[in-house]
Amino acid sequence: MLDPINAIANWLQNLLSSWGLESGLVNFIMILIGVLVVAMTVLVLDILLVWVERKMVARFQDRLGPNRLGPFGLIQPIADVIKLLIKEDITPEGADKVLFNIAPVMALATVLIIWAVIPFAPTMLGASLNVGVLYIVAAGALGTLGILMAGWAAHNKYALVGAFRMVALVVSYEVPMVTALLVPVILARSMGLHDIVEAQAQGGWFILFSPVTALIFFVCTIAELGRAPFDLAEAESEIVAGYHIEYSGMKFGMFYAGELLHALTMGALIASLFLGGWHGPFVQQVPILGVVYLFIKAFFVYWMYTWVRYTVPRIRIDHMMSLNWKFFTPLALVMVIVTAILDKLMTGLPGWIYGLGMFSANVLVAVITINLLRTYSQKERQRVAEPRPVAQADLAKAPGSGD
Amino acid sequence: MTALQIIFILVAAATLGAGLMVVTSRNLIHSALWLVVALFGVAVFYVLLQAGFLAVAQVVVYIGAIAILIIFAIMLTRRIMDEDSPTFNANWGWAVFVALIIFGALTWVLTSWPGISQPMAELSERSDPLRQLGAALVSPSLYVLPFELASVLLLAALVGAIFISWERK
Repeated sequence: MLDPINAIANWLQNLLSSWGLESGLVNFIMILIGVLVVAMTVLVLDILLVWVERKMVARFQDRLGPNRLGPFGLIQPIADVIKLLIKEDITPEGADKVLFNIAPVMALATVLIIWAVIPFAPTMLGASLNVGVLYIVAAGALGTLGILMAGWAAHNKYALVGAFRMVALVVSYEVPMVTALLVPVILARSMGLHDIVEAQAQGGWFILFSPVTALIFFVCTIAELGRAPFDLAEAESEIVAGYHIEYSGMKFGMFYAGELLHALTMGALIASLFLGGWHGPFVQQVPILGVVYLFIKAFFVYWMYTWVRYTVPRIRIDHMMSLNWKFFTPLALVMVIVTAILDKLMTGLPGWIYGLGMFSANVLVAVITINLLRTYSQKERQRVAEPRPVAQADLAKAPGSGD
Repeated sequence: MTALQIIFILVAAATLGAGLMVVTSRNLIHSALWLVVALFGVAVFYVLLQAGFLAVAQVVVYIGAIAILIIFAIMLTRRIMDEDSPTFNANWGWAVFVALIIFGALTWVLTSWPGISQPMAELSERSDPLRQLGAALVSPSLYVLPFELASVLLLAALVGAIFISWERK
């Protein structure tokens, strides 16, 4: 009774075998059912996410949010979905019809496939890939392709500009993100997400070992999601709505659902990589609790995303790029080198010394980084504060000669 | 015929078809996207050969980086996305010739290799191909020299890219 999902799976497997089916076919049917269950659960959760997002936004903006339909407005997302379904489905003139229709599917599907490798509980995991971490990066790469397809196929300048911005953003922030991903891999000595969570359940959560890396990864996932402050791809004041400007009805709904689900997926990912995944009290005795813990952590990270989204204003594209290339990429590289060297030096030492060493190294890196940033900002402020020769004689002498 | 063989034939047909579409599409963006399909087919082959790491690396490197770069290059180049631009240029005959020679040579090499007719060997449960690959790349008796040479080459390419795009003041 403590592990209902596996109990049901075993019962179903025995039932199918007792009907005289081949073992290969039984396995295939079991895998098919597993895929359907995970995908459906996540998609149904996605409908609820609309409500969660709107309610949280409302709270951050000192409003009540949806509260008319059902208790706490819980039926509101159903109404939203029905509205999207009965809206007219428009394909713009001059659009590339096939690509225009594939793109929304790509946007949602590339998010869904990440759930295949996320371990839900000690006994519940989809695919135990030994390259799980890289698989997530690959899924992100396919998602980028979907955005580019949407922007190009719509035959709209704003859509194309939005797609370019989004792809530039995602491709750039992938660099520090993948580099930061290496730190949990080093700490757990495995690229499989299941092993990473297992290592955390035994040794302690990786956010304690490497808080700086967790922060880098968190910010990079915000960029990957294209949420504020990195929402240049859909900057309303500049390019209307970005790559999904021409989409209507349920096709827009797919992008919207993909965006919300992507945020929760990244939450589950951060939870698995840094917050211990399914790990929590009594999880070894009652494995089903692991699912609860995982989703509590995932929703906590989701709440952090929303918090950042509705607090921080949008940043300019050049600032965003220099933040990535001049700050996060070097910092992530430093973190990987420091973690690798310390790991090599401290193998065999007891767990608490290892953890303490890692943590103090992180604090040291953070202090040095903050000091470097302070020096840089002081220099920058001085440079800006210096009186600049705005209207001098030599400028007036040669008009149009540039600066 | 086993299920694996059926999947292999289907994926091979899809990959070859996509490859054909790359060279015959009138629209360059469509060509680039068909190239993505072909590259994805190759990734599926790696999965069928139980080389998960290579499959994922194929998707990350070829689809996530190179295909995106190609699409960017096409979109940022003027007047090459017209429908009426010619699909073939004067060298198509030579291209067919070279392709046929390479195909013939590969066929010859593969048919003379004794392993071609043997079924795929089962990997033992305990072996970890990823760990073996990693160890092989840094072991002095195996591939450390080619590996380091490749990284020096990439570094040189990086330096070259910076040199070309550097604005001299």
